[in-house]
Amino acid sequence: MTTSNTKLIFEQSRSGRRAFSLLESDVEVFDLTEELPEHLFRKKAAELPEVSELQLMRHYTALANKNFGIETGFYPLGSCTMKYNPKVNEDIARMDGFMHIHPLQDPATVQGALKVMYDLQEDLKQVTGMDDISLQPAAGAQGEWAGLLIFKAYHEKNGEGNQRKTILVPDSAHGTNPASAAVAGYNVVQIKSNEKGTVGVEALKAALGPDTAGLMLTNPNTLGLFEIDIVEIAELVHEAGGLLYYDGANANAILGKSTPGEMGFDVVHLNLHKSFSTPHGGGGPGSGPIGVKKYLSPFLPVPRIEKQKNLYVLNSDYEDTIGRVKGYFGNFGVNVRAYAYIKSMGAEGLQQVSEDAVLNANYLKARLSEYYDTPYKQHCKHEFVLSGLRQKRKGVRTLDIAKRLLDYGFYAPTVYFPLIVEESIMIEPTETEAKETLDEFVEAMIEIAKEVEEDPDLLHDAPLTKSVRRLDEVMAARKPKVIYQD
Amino acid sequence: MKEQHRYLPATEADRAEMLKTIGVESIEELFSDIPVTTRATNDKRIDLDKPLSEFELIKHMHSLSDLNHTTSNTPYFIGAGTYDHFIPSVVNHVTLKSEFMTAYTPYQPEASQGELQALFEFQTMICELTGMDVSNSSLYDGFTSLGEACNLATAVTKKQTILLSEALHPQAKEVVDTYAFGMEYKVETIGLKHEITDLDQLKSALNEQTAAVVVQYPNFFGSIEDLKEIKDILISSNALLIVVANPLALAKLEAPGNLGADIVVGDMQPLGLPMSYGGPHCGYFTVKSKYMRKVPSRIVGETVDIEGKRGFVMTLQTREQHIRREKATSNMSSNQALNALASSVFMSALGKVGVQEMAQQNIDKTHYLAKQLKEAGFELFNQSVYFNEFVVKLSQPVSIINQYLLEKGFVGGYDVSPLIEVEHGMLLCATEKRTKDEIDQFVKALVEVVK
Repeated sequence: MTTSNTKLIFEQSRSGRRAFSLLESDVEVFDLTEELPEHLFRKKAAELPEVSELQLMRHYTALANKNFGIETGFYPLGSCTMKYNPKVNEDIARMDGFMHIHPLQDPATVQGALKVMYDLQEDLKQVTGMDDISLQPAAGAQGEWAGLLIFKAYHEKNGEGNQRKTILVPDSAHGTNPASAAVAGYNVVQIKSNEKGTVGVEALKAALGPDTAGLMLTNPNTLGLFEIDIVEIAELVHEAGGLLYYDGANANAILGKSTPGEMGFDVVHLNLHKSFSTPHGGGGPGSGPIGVKKYLSPFLPVPRIEKQKNLYVLNSDYEDTIGRVKGYFGNFGVNVRAYAYIKSMGAEGLQQVSEDAVLNANYLKARLSEYYDTPYKQHCKHEFVLSGLRQKRKGVRTLDIAKRLLDYGFYAPTVYFPLIVEESIMIEPTETEAKETLDEFVEAMIEIAKEVEEDPDLLHDAPLTKSVRRLDEVMAARKPKVIYQD
Repeated sequence: MKEQHRYLPATEADRAEMLKTIGVESIEELFSDIPVTTRATNDKRIDLDKPLSEFELIKHMHSLSDLNHTTSNTPYFIGAGTYDHFIPSVVNHVTLKSEFMTAYTPYQPEASQGELQALFEFQTMICELTGMDVSNSSLYDGFTSLGEACNLATAVTKKQTILLSEALHPQAKEVVDTYAFGMEYKVETIGLKHEITDLDQLKSALNEQTAAVVVQYPNFFGSIEDLKEIKDILISSNALLIVVANPLALAKLEAPGNLGADIVVGDMQPLGLPMSYGGPHCGYFTVKSKYMRKVPSRIVGETVDIEGKRGFVMTLQTREQHIRREKATSNMSSNQALNALASSVFMSALGKVGVQEMAQQNIDKTHYLAKQLKEAGFELFNQSVYFNEFVVKLSQPVSIINQYLLEKGFVGGYDVSPLIEVEHGMLLCATEKRTKDEIDQFVKALVEVVK
């Protein structure tokens, strides 16, 4: 990585430069200002940068060199499933017939695109054990929100909309779960995890009641632990008249091994940018399709992609639908990549994915448990959580360990999440990492544990090798400077 | 023995060693916590097509791609919110850089400075175009940006009604209705006076319960709403003015921020994003500074490191779900960072002058199309000034005419007949990519079909 400061592109700008050639216009100029009221035409141009094409490429190459992606190195970010993003899927998503088609052109002229979406829906039904799928949600959080609106529409349809206003969420849940419940108009009640790190049946029973709209669960949960009481949990929620939501962020652990449908979930979302290998893009675009059991199908977002005889069609004719959650048909380009991934793996391949992901996680956990506290002893699924408490007693915090890992050439794990583990370090290796890489990571973690004992200031000062040293986040929030002003 | 999959590095020998280190006999032991009744075994096994090699996959995907009519083999005259603009090669080359493409949300800013700086530059460019103070680093698309804007407006005003102009994209209303179903506020519409928002109806609909008024600029039918006049009406109320703006048009039109907008949102698709059958695109979201702490999703801010060197971080994170949970300003976690980057590259490539030239060419081509149609005897529905789209009146159903145009080698316009007072209305668009010859041929084809 470079350590020099990269000028902002605005600071490299010089009047008159450009990195673009517009085709020469062969029609007459039309002067809008003759007809438009004066206050509606622009007098001061937007100060966009002016650079040549090489300057532009150098700028973004310099920025890329200051960024860490999966191909840079091991990216053990827990609950994010940072697996390899196959190159061929990028080529496929850029095929003419997928990239250069308009969402409002006649469906008869885009049968190939509709077939991809239809077949992907069919495949996701298999993977989730659900009866119907909508590809519309743009990301996991949007899938959650759409799913909870389906809960809401269902309860309203049954005349219980005003009564069932509470969503239950375990204290280990992703932050999106309670946030999605809130924007679906629900109250949130948190369920305390038991000493084993899973949802306690007794705590759940105490929380369930006539006001329960449903329970949101990630399985395996954010501690990487399978909710072993899932069958009983599902029964309890259903007996109380509630519905069960599956947050699919951790689905990489169970592909081909079990399905949320079999576990008793009513609505599911999957993060195609996690388990199904589409690139995370630095924070999107992702894709968060949802699946539902048959009795909730009428509430799915529209349009639905269906097959009528030999023609793929868009059908919005569903009276009870929650409506539209996003423009058009979801993040189609992302869905094409996920489709290509499934076609590359097949059922056995996906099962191998989960087996290797779980194997890698347990291997790392086994090797690290001597050096770091492991609050939950049982075997994990695709990820696990360490606690930096032992190191904290020596005056080194989890944040310092994370920053030091950057110096060792790794990205840091997810830290300070889940909230129920003090000084938590959440590690998800994924199946695409080789054993040698895992061993190197273990060696680094052991070395860091030694540094904690011998030279704690080294960790307080980390990172030392990145383009910047530790950044002042407090100042950034106190005196926000969110745009460049020269 | 099974063939080793190209994406999976673990060999049988690796697996055996690792199982030994873990202290279990078989992989199945690691899955013994999954209740037997829920396991995908025997008849519950998942059923998918058998895996394809890379070559077979490419062939298969080509066969599907080839079934679609694309802009590469057909001139498109459809816009309606998604546009066939030219995208220079640099955009693709930058977004393919794996350091950007395969990274995630920059939780460790010291190892993610490249992306953070690029997003900071994106925010700056968006504020330049819109004339607003604060931009986030993107949302899913223009429609969800609008939904989030309506949530923000109802939250800060504590009022319960959103007034939507009927000159919005029809899907914008659909998405806002869904947001309103979630947050339980009311959505009402303001009718049209011809093809623009009826200001008399706005005046009578506006009351003490109005949280915000939403208009599109240029509106769905291509015409340019007078934001100043609308703001003047709102001055006497506490309602916010939310503007949905096409960022390309802002190269020529006065920035909404200078005309009294409180929130400006929209989609970056016209500036550097392929149409991709409607997604992924990239929503933008801007506000005046007084609403900065109410903005949804990620914002990048400038700061310094311990040595005083400039750097960038995600900031004001106490707004967000991973900190604030159910009290967050929005549930969004990931947004559309890579497409925000793509759009930044596009805006940097065009630059200050290029973006104006591109906008001007859109105006020129569209007005040339309109002129040729009028000369051929067609009547336009628009009475106000329009940008790169307008509605032409036809004598037959739009779907039938589009069918014929397709046979002639054109993708025709969008059917707006259900939305306005016209029996058969087609919304047409001519971007900078349409040549004079294509436009002439298109008009000729249209003349033939009505005969």
